Amino acid sequence: MSHAVSYLESNARERLRLLFDAGSFEEFLPPAARVISPHLGQLNAPVAFDDGVAVGRARLNGMPVYTAAQEGGFMGGAVGEVHGAKLVGLLRRAVRDQAKAVVLLVESGGVRLHEANAGLIAVSEVMRALLDTRAAGIPVIVLVGGSNGAFGGMGIVSRCANVVVMSEEGRLAMSGPEVIETANGVEEFDSRDRALVWRTTGGKHRYLMGDCQRIVKDDVAAFRQAAIDAINALTRPSAPSVPLTLEALEQEQAMLAERIARFGALPDPLDVWAAQGMAQPQRVPMLEIEPFIAAAQTVRMGA
Amino acid sequence: METLNYRFEQGQRRLAQPPQVVGVVSSGNLEVLIEEAALNGACEIKISTAAVGFGPIWQAVMQDFQQRWQLADTRISINDMGATPAVVSLRLDQAVQTMLGEAP
Repeated sequence: MSHAVSYLESNARERLRLLFDAGSFEEFLPPAARVISPHLGQLNAPVAFDDGVAVGRARLNGMPVYTAAQEGGFMGGAVGEVHGAKLVGLLRRAVRDQAKAVVLLVESGGVRLHEANAGLIAVSEVMRALLDTRAAGIPVIVLVGGSNGAFGGMGIVSRCANVVVMSEEGRLAMSGPEVIETANGVEEFDSRDRALVWRTTGGKHRYLMGDCQRIVKDDVAAFRQAAIDAINALTRPSAPSVPLTLEALEQEQAMLAERIARFGALPDPLDVWAAQGMAQPQRVPMLEIEPFIAAAQTVRMGA
Repeated sequence: METLNYRFEQGQRRLAQPPQVVGVVSSGNLEVLIEEAALNGACEIKISTAAVGFGPIWQAVMQDFQQRWQLADTRISINDMGATPAVVSLRLDQAVQTMLGEAP
C-alpha cells in the first residue's frame, strides 16, 4: 500500500512526477534548453534553468493533458517574462493540439517585481491565453496546495479557470497578508497571525465562499483524483459550458454581490461562517476534510 | 554573483542518459543540471553562486565529488543560492544517482 505524499512538501517536479501517469510527463523547454530570465542576471540575482516553471504534456488516467507546475521555492513562484511566456506558449499549444484539458499546478506570489512591466504583461497574457483555451472548449483545472499559495496575478489567473482545487493548506487571494498589513495597518490585518491568515485565505474559507470548487486533503493522490473528477465532470454531455459565458459571469457577479451584502460588514471569517450557518464555526479549522465537506454542503456559496 | 569553472580530466564513468535536474534555486539550496557531453573524457562543472568568495571550498567539494564518481564526458551546471557544502555534496550525488536510475 502506498502512503500519502504531501502536496505541500513536494516541489514542482515531484508533483508532476506523482500527479500524472507514471513516466508520462514530457517537458517542453526542459532545463537543459537553458531558457533563463534575461533580467535577473542584469540585477546580479540567481537564475533557474527553467525560470521557475516546468511545462509540458502528460497523461492523467490515460487522458492527454497539458500541464505546468510553478516552483514556489524559486522566488516564490513569481512570474517573470520567460516564466509567463512558457505558460502562454503551453496554453496556446494545448489549443493547437486539442488537448483534453489543461492542469495548472499554481504556486506563486504573483508578478516577479524584479521584472516589473515585463512580468505584469506576462501575467495579462497568461489570463488571455487561459480564456482562449476555455473558448476553444478545453477545460482548465487549477490546483492550489503549495506553501506560497496563489496570490496577485496568479490568484486572478486561478479564478479564470473552470475549476480550482485546493487543500486546506493552500491559499488563494489577491493581496498577500504582508501587503494588506503594509497598506492598511496591523489593525486591519495582522500578517503574523497565522491562524487569521489561513482562515482568511486558506482552502476551507475559499471553499465556503465559492472561490474554489473542490477541496482535498494535502495528498498528491487526492489532488490527482480531484483533477480527474473535475475533467470528467466538464467533458460529459450534460456538463456546464467550458467557454466563459455572459450568463456564467452574471451569476458570478450576483454571487459576489450577495457575499458583500451578507458578509461585507463582518470582521473575521469566524463571523462569516457563523452567519453562513456553519455549526460551531470555531471548530471549522480543526475539521478533517470529509466531515468539513459534509458540514459545508448546504451552506457554501456557488454550490 | 560569482561564476566558478572546474574541469577534471580522464574520468571513468559515462552517464549515457537524458539530462536531469535536481534541487531548486531557493535560499540555502541549489539546482544541479547534469548532462552527457563530448568532453574528451573530462567532467566540466560550472557554478553560478550568490555567495561570493567561497572558491576554495567549492574546489574541495568538487574534488571530493569527482573522486567519488570519476565521471567522464559529463557537464554539470549549478545555480546556487547559498547552499552549505554538505547540501552541495548531497545534491551532486542525487544528480548522479538520478542519471543512474538509483535515486530513491
